Amino acid sequence: MPTYQQFNLPDAGEGLTEADIVTWSVAVGDTVEVNQPIVEIETAKSLVELPSPFSGVVTKLLVEEGETVEVGVPILEVDVDPDGAAPAEPSEPVAAADAVAEQPSPVAEESATSAGAGAPAPSAAAAAPSEEGSGAVLVGYGVKAGSATRRERVEGSLEPIGGFEASGDYPVLAKPPVRKLAKELGVDLTTVTPSGPGGLVTREDVEQQVKATAAQTLATYPEDDQPWLASGTTTRDGRATRVPVKSVRKRTADAMVQSAFTAPHVTEFLTVDVTETMNLVARLKADRDFADVRVTPLLIVAKALLLAVRRHPEVNAAWDESAREIVYKHYVNLGIAASTPRGLVVPNIKDAHRLPLHALAVELQNLTAEARNGSTSPRAMSDGTITITNIGPLGIDTGTPILNPGESAILAFGAVRQQPWVHEGEIAIRWVTTLALSFDHRLIDGELGARVLADVGRVMQDPSQGLVWA
Amino acid sequence: MSAGGPLSTDGLVQLLTADGQRTAHEQFDPYADHLTADDLRAMWRDMTLVRAFDKEATSLQRQGELGLWVQSWGQEGAQIGSGHALNGQDFVFPSYREHGVALTRGVDLVEVLRIFRGLQHGAWTPAEHHFHLYTLVIGSHALHATGYAMAMAKDGLVASGDPAKDGAVVAYFGDGATSQGDVAEALTFASVYDAPVVFFVQNNQYAISESATRQSRVPIADRGKGVGIPSVRVDGNDVIASHAVTRWALEHARSGQGPVLIEAFTYRMGAHTTSDDPTRYRPKAEEQLWAERDPIARLEAYLTSTGELSDDFRTEVEAEAKALGERTRTTVRAWTKPDTLGMFDHVYAEPHASVEAERAWFDRYQRSFADQEATR
Repeated sequence: MPTYQQFNLPDAGEGLTEADIVTWSVAVGDTVEVNQPIVEIETAKSLVELPSPFSGVVTKLLVEEGETVEVGVPILEVDVDPDGAAPAEPSEPVAAADAVAEQPSPVAEESATSAGAGAPAPSAAAAAPSEEGSGAVLVGYGVKAGSATRRERVEGSLEPIGGFEASGDYPVLAKPPVRKLAKELGVDLTTVTPSGPGGLVTREDVEQQVKATAAQTLATYPEDDQPWLASGTTTRDGRATRVPVKSVRKRTADAMVQSAFTAPHVTEFLTVDVTETMNLVARLKADRDFADVRVTPLLIVAKALLLAVRRHPEVNAAWDESAREIVYKHYVNLGIAASTPRGLVVPNIKDAHRLPLHALAVELQNLTAEARNGSTSPRAMSDGTITITNIGPLGIDTGTPILNPGESAILAFGAVRQQPWVHEGEIAIRWVTTLALSFDHRLIDGELGARVLADVGRVMQDPSQGLVWA
Repeated sequence: MSAGGPLSTDGLVQLLTADGQRTAHEQFDPYADHLTADDLRAMWRDMTLVRAFDKEATSLQRQGELGLWVQSWGQEGAQIGSGHALNGQDFVFPSYREHGVALTRGVDLVEVLRIFRGLQHGAWTPAEHHFHLYTLVIGSHALHATGYAMAMAKDGLVASGDPAKDGAVVAYFGDGATSQGDVAEALTFASVYDAPVVFFVQNNQYAISESATRQSRVPIADRGKGVGIPSVRVDGNDVIASHAVTRWALEHARSGQGPVLIEAFTYRMGAHTTSDDPTRYRPKAEEQLWAERDPIARLEAYLTSTGELSDDFRTEVEAEAKALGERTRTTVRAWTKPDTLGMFDHVYAEPHASVEAERAWFDRYQRSFADQEATR
């Protein structure tokens, strides 16, 4: 008969408590073999492929891509005996998995400091000594604080475990932080079903109550469109949706806050006639040596920036606040901001300053392809030294980009348009664009920024200048 | 790779090239010439088995069955080659990656996983296999090995001239361990006491993420020279050379001539442990370069070129490897939590009053938990 087995999310590192589901490589109905890769997860440490512990037919994917899942939660169900006839009992998690990963119980999450405080009946948890995680692991990334679980004690417990129902005869039992939370959320504690020891109302109970009474659907009005967002939690007034911030979005936010509020940004602009650059791009497209790569104006901008860095190497640097030192980089890892299905990433081309034009074009193409299919490696995103953000394809003139953390300059390349322009003393229709360079004013003065930007503009206006400076 | 640095290939003893050609070596050929086709096939088999086992264990960790796993992938040549040079009297002090050596000492590889599932600190009886428990503290066992070797000498188990009696000690550790004070102390003691110990350093190029270039300015074998220990660098991905060099070193030590340091120059193809992500600190191209120097493929190419690797034998070993993988999986999954009181069992060889008192207290403490029945 069919026999269902569930696979619980394992701790793929040491002391990890959660992971993001990145990509499922199997779907419901697929046949899987033991040790066949089934899903890619992203932990705090790395992207990891998980192999199937069973062979059989996939019957359920229990979590979705993009979800953050706690260790120990079932993620996959497999029918390990698909030729069987009668339906079997609901699936059991693999028994062995809990030999390593213990699931926290509600009691385990009560904090030792607040246990019993203010509550009329001392709770069982209050008697237990604190069992903190040691933080010692073989590889030295450390265990997340609070990941240690605590077990319920028998001694000193006044109430039989699990046998207590709150009723009007007793005051509601809840710790002060939980009472405060309930007050903030407008929850009447007497309406909450307690799940804690001795009939204690826990934080989860309050949150559960909020969820149960919250508006489940968006309020719509006759003239409105259908709600466009399916995921997330609808707020109680039914007029907004709250979506947890995860993985790339979370990291982008942290990086932007760190950069925007530590490095004083200055942005300078330069509008320039790039007709010659467009002619060069057309010529390269027809060139047999470049037949295997896509040539775009971005390639020429990248080369122009590399030439400018060569003439002004001080711009290719980082501010080291802790050492109170400026780190000048004698190599250029050229970052390209890329929008991907997983969000904004900034992979970089290693040692771009050493690449001839064709090799640079190939690297640009590879970087874009990897970003697009989501296979950008952590290595490709580390140790960038200067960045280009190519906003032109979106039809935008220019912007004031925020620095990639750890770098001191970023160049925005806007749309290239045909515009009336004074050319050789007459008004002509020319290809024109606006370049913007943001830089960290702690180490780059306005003059240096201006010289770098002017050099980029000069090459764009007349690519043959590249021959002079190369 | 700067000339003369820890990544230099100067002076590496090699008897089998990366593409499987047997080359001549004046000093070490006499220590390899005795190897028959059967011996070489046995080494190929052991390397294949330990790699299959390693792969299965890695999967089991990713399935939540093991807390941690330490891959030996890529280092099979150094481990199996040296392991096959040991005799029954020799005693091995491994660190925690020596699964290949464990296999050559008759340890059931599946039992090793008890450590990595958190069931036991050591899952075999060291005296039975002459193979000490895995040491997770980096380099500390170099001192234990040296002390054990000094004791063997005092007991007359060295330099008696009787090959059935004479033995030596081998301490296995890595390039990172050579930065530890314990290893420096062990080398000094071994040298001045002429201890019959072979220090077998698998230089797999990384101390977790720290390159060997941050551990040493000179080849790691040169550490031995500094304290007067004869030292040899060997291509650790060459199973025949690893064997010959170890055989020579063991004869040196067993005959009372003192310690030897072997640096087996190799590469860890996997992560440091399953908690590590090597893409953060080493380039793909480097892994590719070392994949081309694979120890198993190399011996396979040699045996194939001499017509000594039949399809039947190959099929037989593949089946054996598959069966080992399956046995590993089913055994590990069937393991239940151990009785936690077992941790008091081997503290002392004989009953000890304070250990007994602690055992009794711990038992009471365990019983005070509500879920005691479920977790014991």
